[in-house]
Amino acid sequence: MRCQQAWDVLDTVLDPEVPALSVRELGLVRDVVERGDTLDIVLTPTYSGCPATEVIERSVIDAIDAAGIGPARVTLQRAPAWTTDWISETGKRKLLEYGIAPPGPVAAEHAVTIRIVGRRADAAIACPRCGSHHTERLSAFGSTACKSLHRCLDCREPFEHFKAI
Amino acid sequence: MQGSIDLDHRSAVQYLLRIGDTCLILGQRLSEWCGHAPVLEEDIAMANMALDLIGQARAVLTHAGAIEGRGRDEDQLAFLRDERDYRNLTLVELPRGDFAFTVMRNAMVATLMKLLWERLVDSSDEELAGIAGKAVKEARYHQQHAADWVVRLGDGTAESRRRTEAALRELWLYMPELFESDAVDDACQAIALGPRWIDLREPWLAEMRSILDEATLAMPAESAFRSSGKRGLHSEHMGYILADMQFLQRAFPGGVW
Repeated sequence: MRCQQAWDVLDTVLDPEVPALSVRELGLVRDVVERGDTLDIVLTPTYSGCPATEVIERSVIDAIDAAGIGPARVTLQRAPAWTTDWISETGKRKLLEYGIAPPGPVAAEHAVTIRIVGRRADAAIACPRCGSHHTERLSAFGSTACKSLHRCLDCREPFEHFKAI
Repeated sequence: MQGSIDLDHRSAVQYLLRIGDTCLILGQRLSEWCGHAPVLEEDIAMANMALDLIGQARAVLTHAGAIEGRGRDEDQLAFLRDERDYRNLTLVELPRGDFAFTVMRNAMVATLMKLLWERLVDSSDEELAGIAGKAVKEARYHQQHAADWVVRLGDGTAESRRRTEAALRELWLYMPELFESDAVDDACQAIALGPRWIDLREPWLAEMRSILDEATLAMPAESAFRSSGKRGLHSEHMGYILADMQFLQRAFPGGVW
């Protein structure tokens, strides 16, 4: 009961860097376990150096407290490593609506050892605004480590893409 | 003024420090590009890769501290050791140079780290295996980014090629150290903590060759010079980077944001 409530609360805690999605939709929440009086929220960090990790921990604990089902603590679980495949379908839809091209499936990326690509060769990413696949990558990194920067060659708008990892 | 801490010489700790310190010092060097990169996109890229590397260093140093069992955390290990107690590759402490030097070094280090993390995913040490599972994805991306630039600059204008060749010549002097193995490596391989770095040499050379071929650059011959940062004997550049990194914690012990 209390755990179910906690899951609902986690659906309202937004990611500080992509405030269109909840931490649950991003696939960061592994488990919610009741240990005595305390709720143990198990989270998987996204990137090793993601500066949002500590903010997320704090917001999760605050939200649980505010809902009156605390106290809570956060445990970070590194393995298995977070993957964009864990972003829920709703999450991917919200990313698209927010103007960020969502990640595709990861599996194919990992089979390749190394590939040298020009900017235009990497252009299967669909523009979140007009849907065109006629796009190019401008930068391997966007405003955060988890995104890259692209440009649509049809509607001419720049957009970000959530990289598949 | 905060005094220094001494170093634990057990093999597992040494092995972890070689990884953690290499990430930490390269992260520090890349962060120097913040506000100075030739274009905004690359400024952001360098800062993001520096963040990944420092995140990896934090995890590895925290774990090294736990294995030591002397209650030292990532900050104490990062900020309170003296120069000769650092175990990073000499390669990563060299000044950042021009952009060609930076991307060539990134290609060399990211290729090494990718191969190393791929092996560490199967480490007998669960915590290290967990760190590796995350880090390998980041190293793969860093390698991709650096390789794209090596190709673009190597097979670019006369000026970009001249600079890229010069960077390759200088950096290659420090390549043999990457694959020097010693008693630390042997001991850690024996307990399946991780591979001997010498065993990464052949796959590393093969990947570097494919990048350099694409960039139309010739792989230099191996030099007789042996740098020795992994054993704590550093270049003249190391003291300066530590002075930069450590000043605050030494002057204001235990200071936090």
